[in-house]
This record gives sequence, C-alpha cells and structure tokens, in this order.
Amino acid sequence: MTELEQLLARAEELYRDLRFQAVTDWKARHGGLAIGFMPVYVPRELLHAMGVLPVGVMGAGDDLEIIRGDAYYQSYICHLPRSTIELGLNGALDSLDGMLFPATCDVIRNLSGMWKLQFPEKYAHYLDVPQDFDALVGGQFYRRELEEIADELHRRGARKLEPAALRRSIEAYNENRSLVEALYTLRIDEPWRVPTHELYLLLRAGNVLSVEEHTAMLREYREAVLADADRRSMDQARVLLAGSFCEQPPLGLLRTLERAGCYIVDDDFVQVHRWITGDVRANGADPLGDLVLAYLEQGIASPIRYIDDQAKGQALVERVERSGAEGVIFCAPSFCDPALLDQPMAVAAIERAGIPWTSFKYAENTGQFQVIREQAGTFADSIKLWSE
Amino acid sequence: MSEKVNPGAAATAALKDQSQERQKAMIAEHFRKLAEAPERGEKCVYTFVPGNLTELIDSFGLLPVLPEINALQSGMRGKSRDYIALAEKLGHSEDVCTYVKCDIGMLKSGNVGPTGERLPNPDLLLLSYTGCFTFLKWFELLGQEYDAPVTMLHVPYQGDGVVTDSMRTYVVDQLKKKIIPALERISGRAYDEEALKERLERSAQAEEDLVWVLESAKRRPSPIDAYFGGVYYIGPIFTAFRGTQDAVLYYRELRAEVEERIALGKGPVTPDGEIANERYRLVVEGPPNWTSFRKFWQMFAEEGAVVVASTYTKVGGVYDNGFRHDPDRPLETLADYCMGCYTNLNLPTRVQMLERYVREYSADGFLINSVKSCNSFSAGQLMILREVERRTARPGGFIESDLVDPRYFSASNIKNRLESYFQMIEQKRAGGV
Ligand code: SF4
Ligand code: SF4
Repeated sequence: MTELEQLLARAEELYRDLRFQAVTDWKARHGGLAIGFMPVYVPRELLHAMGVLPVGVMGAGDDLEIIRGDAYYQSYICHLPRSTIELGLNGALDSLDGMLFPATCDVIRNLSGMWKLQFPEKYAHYLDVPQDFDALVGGQFYRRELEEIADELHRRGARKLEPAALRRSIEAYNENRSLVEALYTLRIDEPWRVPTHELYLLLRAGNVLSVEEHTAMLREYREAVLADADRRSMDQARVLLAGSFCEQPPLGLLRTLERAGCYIVDDDFVQVHRWITGDVRANGADPLGDLVLAYLEQGIASPIRYIDDQAKGQALVERVERSGAEGVIFCAPSFCDPALLDQPMAVAAIERAGIPWTSFKYAENTGQFQVIREQAGTFADSIKLWSE
Repeated sequence: MSEKVNPGAAATAALKDQSQERQKAMIAEHFRKLAEAPERGEKCVYTFVPGNLTELIDSFGLLPVLPEINALQSGMRGKSRDYIALAEKLGHSEDVCTYVKCDIGMLKSGNVGPTGERLPNPDLLLLSYTGCFTFLKWFELLGQEYDAPVTMLHVPYQGDGVVTDSMRTYVVDQLKKKIIPALERISGRAYDEEALKERLERSAQAEEDLVWVLESAKRRPSPIDAYFGGVYYIGPIFTAFRGTQDAVLYYRELRAEVEERIALGKGPVTPDGEIANERYRLVVEGPPNWTSFRKFWQMFAEEGAVVVASTYTKVGGVYDNGFRHDPDRPLETLADYCMGCYTNLNLPTRVQMLERYVREYSADGFLINSVKSCNSFSAGQLMILREVERRTARPGGFIESDLVDPRYFSASNIKNRLESYFQMIEQKRAGGV
C-alpha cells in the first residue's frame, strides 16, 4: 500500500466505524469531554478551546441495519434521525458526553427533545443560531447562547473558556478550513487529482478526529496527490452537486456519479468545514465576539439560512461560475424540507443563468444506483455534447 | 346516521348559535375589506398564525392576510388538489408541506380567497417565524413572487423548555429595531403604544373566555368538541381578530352558549347533530385533515367519541397554562406569546402537556393524527405516543393523513384504525389488555 492508499484506508475506516472508536481513543488519551453535533454548523472552536472534542454525527449511511430507529419515525420523514436514534440506542454514541442540535430544521429541532427524553443523563442542547444577522440583535443573542453552552460544559467538567485558548482554537480551525478550501480549489483546477469520493472521506474524518490530526491528514493528502503522477485528466463533465448538506448520500452514490462521467467540482457535503468562508479573526481582544461576527458575516448562503435580499439562488450561480461547473445536479435527501423547499428558487436562478441542471433524491441508505447512474450519465453526456 | 347523533338538536343549536353567525359576519367583513383594500389605499400584511402580531399590525391600521388560513380554506372547499398539482407541476417537491404548495397554486391561479374575492397583493411579508422552519422558506418563495419587502421576526425555540431573558430580549430587540420600523414605513404611521395596549387588553379578555370554553370540556358530558369544534372556536383569536371588540363579543357569546349547554346537560354539536351519548373522551394531538374534515369528524361523532382536549387548538397560542397578553408589558408580552405557541415547545413539554390533558380531562385515551406535511408537528410523534401511553396508562392511537392533500386521506384506512382503537378502549375498560 502506498502512503496515499494507507491514508485513504484510514479515512474510510473512520467513516465506516459506527462505534466511534476514534472518539473513545481520543478520550483515553486526553481525558476531556466529547460532544456530538448534528449538521449543519456548530462553532467547534468554542468546544476545542475548552478541551472538548467536537464530534460530527451524520447518521449511519448504508452500513447500519435500522432495527429500532424506524419505530421512532414515520415513513415520510428523512432517514438521518432514525439512524441517529439507532446509534444512540445501540450504544454507539456512549463515548459522547452530550449532543448539540443546531437549528437546521424541524426534524433536528425535535430530535433534540427526543434525545432529552431518551437519554436524560446526557447533555442535549438545541443550539438556536440566529436568523437575524444584525450584530446588536442576533449577534447579542448568539453570544449569550454560546456563553450558556460554555458555562454548562464547564459545569460538566470542561476547562473554563479563556480568550487566549479560544484565539488558539480559532487559529487551529482557520488553518484547517484553509486546507479544506485548498483541496476544493485543487479539485476545481484539476478534478482528476482530487476525486470526490476521496475528498468526501477526508471531510468525514474531520468529524471524529481532533482538528490537529485532521489538519495533518489534509496536508498529507494534498502532498500525496500532487506528487501522484498516475492521476490523469479524463473527459468528464464538470458538475456542482447541491442539496446534500445534512443527510449525506452513501459513498456508493458518489462513486456512481463519478463513474457515470461527472467530475464533481463543488458540493455541499459536511458543510461544517466550509460554513464560515475565510478566516475568523484570530488576534482580536474579544475572540468570542469574533466567532459570533464570523457566523453573522461570513456564513455561506445555505438553504437553512434566511436570505432576504430577493436574490435567492444567486450564490449558487456564483459558485457555478467560480467552480467552472457546466451543470448542476440537485441531489437532496428525500423529505428534506430545507433542501426541497429551496430547490424551486435555486432552479429558477440556475435557469435564468442558462445553466443546465437535473435532480434526484436519495436516502443515506440508498442501495440501488442504476437509475441515478443512467440519469447522471445522460446529463454528463448532454453537457459534453453542448460544450463541444 | 347513528342514533347517537341528534340532527334536530343541531338545527336548533345552529339557529341559536349567535356566536357562529357573528364569526361568519366577521370573516366576511374582513375579506370584503381585503378585496377593497387596493381601491381604498389600505395596506396589507401577509403573516402567519403561530406567533402572529395581530394587535401590533392592527394598531398601525394594516390588514393581515394569513396564507395558512387560505390554504386550509382551499382544502375545505375542494380546491387544494388542483392547487397542489399546479405547484408540483411548477417544480415544488411532492415531499414538502402541502400548505405551501396549496398557497403557491392558489396564487398562480389568480389568488382568489375563500369568499371568492381576489386577495390583495402584500405590501409587506411579515415573517414571524414561530415553531416551524417551513415558514421561512414559504416567505422566501413568496418574496420571489411579489414586489414586497420581507421583514423577519426570528422567534427562538424553547429547546430547554423555558423562555429565558435572553430569548425575550432577542425578540423585543427585533420588534423595536426591525418590525416596528417596517410597519411604520408601510403604514406611514408612528408606533402608538397606547393603541397597542388597548388591543392587548381586549385580547386578554377574549382569551379568558376562550380558556373557559376549552376547559368546559372537563365536565361530563363535555359540552364541546375541543378539536373539530375547537377549530371554529379558535378561529377569531388565531387570525385577524385578536385584540378587536368583535373578538371580545364573540367569545362572550360563545361562553354564554356553552354555559347554556352545560345547564341543559347537552353534549357537543356536530354538523350532523348533537352527540347525545358521550362514549369516549379523547385527547388529540396533531392538526386535522381539512379536505375531508366533515367525514373525519363523523367518524368520531358516530361512535360517540368526543375530543375533550387537543394540541392543535394551541398552535396559535397556548392560553390554558395561564398566559394572557399583558398590556403593561406590550412588547415583552408579544414576545412571550410568540415563544409560547404549541409547536415552539420542545418535545418533553409537549409530552407533559398531553399527559396533563389526559388526566385533567379524564380522557379514555389519546390519539395522534400525524400529518405528512408537517415535520414541525410530526417528527417525534411516535415517541410522544409511547411516552404518553407509559405515563398515563391509557391507550394511544395513531392515524396518518394530511392537511390539504386529499391523496393522503384514506377514509377506509382511518375508519378501520379508529374502530380498532375504540375497541382497544373498550377492552381496557373491561379490564382487558
Ligand atoms: S435531511 Fe433535511 S429534513 Fe432531514 S434532518 Fe437534515 S435538514 Fe432536516
Ligand atoms: S410545516 Fe407544519 S407548521 Fe410549518 S407551515 Fe407547514 S403545516 Fe404549518
């Protein structure tokens, strides 16, 4: 095995480890708390500064047989919460000392209460991120919210939140984010060097590794793929994949899209890594305030964020331009309210800009990709035809 | 028709129900005003039921339009199927809330409201965002259709089951800095706190009577049905009329009518007559189905099943926990109102509330109508079912339908399930399971 292969094997092992052994190991080494968080965004810097390991929980993909989770959800609710409950019930999340449920949608919101009922001994908190982006209104509220979380974690044994530590954590995540971004840029420039199914595994590794380990992994991967002479350009259509910001498509689906002739040059996967664009100010006198400001002013235009400037979908059009995508695939989980309610507005903007698009839905445990393969293949062919 | 229902009594009751006549007249007048608004230069604000700011809107002389009410009315008038089909044809997903699609379909079909008159375009989309994220997307969608500004009031969720000072401050700050200035701009009037206080005072009076009416169902027999009948009782207070003198009078009359029913020992009135023999007392969680509302109600009435308490009648405000609008704290009270609406309560609080209803209303069981449209209500209901069953030791039932999409109302299926559920209650009574 080459070093690159080893690294990818490790990332895939982390992705498939539904017992979260990496978290147990980290706790054994560091002795701190581990706090899980649901998609999409939580300020991991805050946890890190208190010596807490933030752990992204994104359902169970297609690897877990759902035995009890289905008894918690009706058929018309997305798959993510039922596999998450299953993980909670089967003990896979025992290493977590608590869970944060950010204000992503009503399903995650209600899951926060279910968690309180089901696991009363664990910390479960709904993180109500503001939809008002005025620093003196939503910003103040958000700050108080973060302070409350910090106080509660401190009560439960985490280190006290200190500005100096928070500054260092902001730096650590700035570095991590810039490496993620660099890989996204490299994929735009040379998509054959950074296949999406690999990049995706790296993003997922960041859910369970400490930021320091993850940063090292990203750096190593980048060096390895740049040095890999075997990676060569192929005649593939460049597409942007939109809508998979919460429940994630199975890895097989990503491979299917690539095999069907698509280079995915931008996507919404594991968005916690890319929610804040650019660096959070790291040297200010009030790092908590800087974290709040970054949320208010540097957040991406996600479907779960209120956009009031009448330019819905514009950010997507800009991403298409920036990434050089030739088409958009709307790829959303079935029954995902934020993604599917947003889609008509995004489609309208994409059509106004004359960009080809197609759409399909998935569940994290979708096992059959034949139809998707054909649809994506046809879409890729049509793009290539038009671009000739 | 079952002998448990007495049509003659219904006719008499219908004749006597002044409150119903008053409500009808209030609604007709409101829609007339809306239809004439553009001509008369009156301004309209589109806004939502949960967490509505009716007193504030009215204090600026603005007229509210409530898209959910239009959607449910379209469902009751048999129009929603076509509206939803049209929205889906235009690219709206089959998976999402049918209220939104019904509204978009209605808009694309000429925006004709429940009374057959055209609804005015909004001058402001007032997005008060309580208890459900779909509202946010809904007004983003409408924002694309209309040339009207959108102003948002983000109402924090009671994630930990409490309203904190921080949450209240956040809402009040938004009211002061965002909402009131937007209403001032649209109306051309300055904020008048005295005018708001007068309206809040009237709200509290109406709320007092509404709570009395809802709590009358604790009696045996219950004089009201607190779900099917309840949706009529909450009409004025959940919509354009909270804070008006009309609403005060409506609730006073309604209370007097219910008092009379109690004095005569009468059960609830249904469209097919009075329920003369109360056989089952139920607590219901979840919204009703509107496309087959009457048929749905009949399935209960024919069995002598009376809903003694429901959570749906709390989506536009929970008043039976003691909350009343307080004119002495005008903006804070609006904040507390918004944060207290039912779907803004966390799951443990919803479970407690249902448990309390089952006990206090001496219910034989509780039933969940889980609607496909609404994650805000539905996600977690199976757990609610188990929890309430465990805590009360009364049988829980579960049926599925939708709000306004007739494709998801299977009468035979629901009837079967209800029949088995009533049997379960009987067995329990007989000391069985
Ligand atoms: S997949 Fe969509 S609906 Fe489901 S939890 Fe995530 S954001 Fe919510
Ligand atoms: S999802 Fe539920 S609460 Fe939200 S708009 Fe639809 S019906 Fe209303």
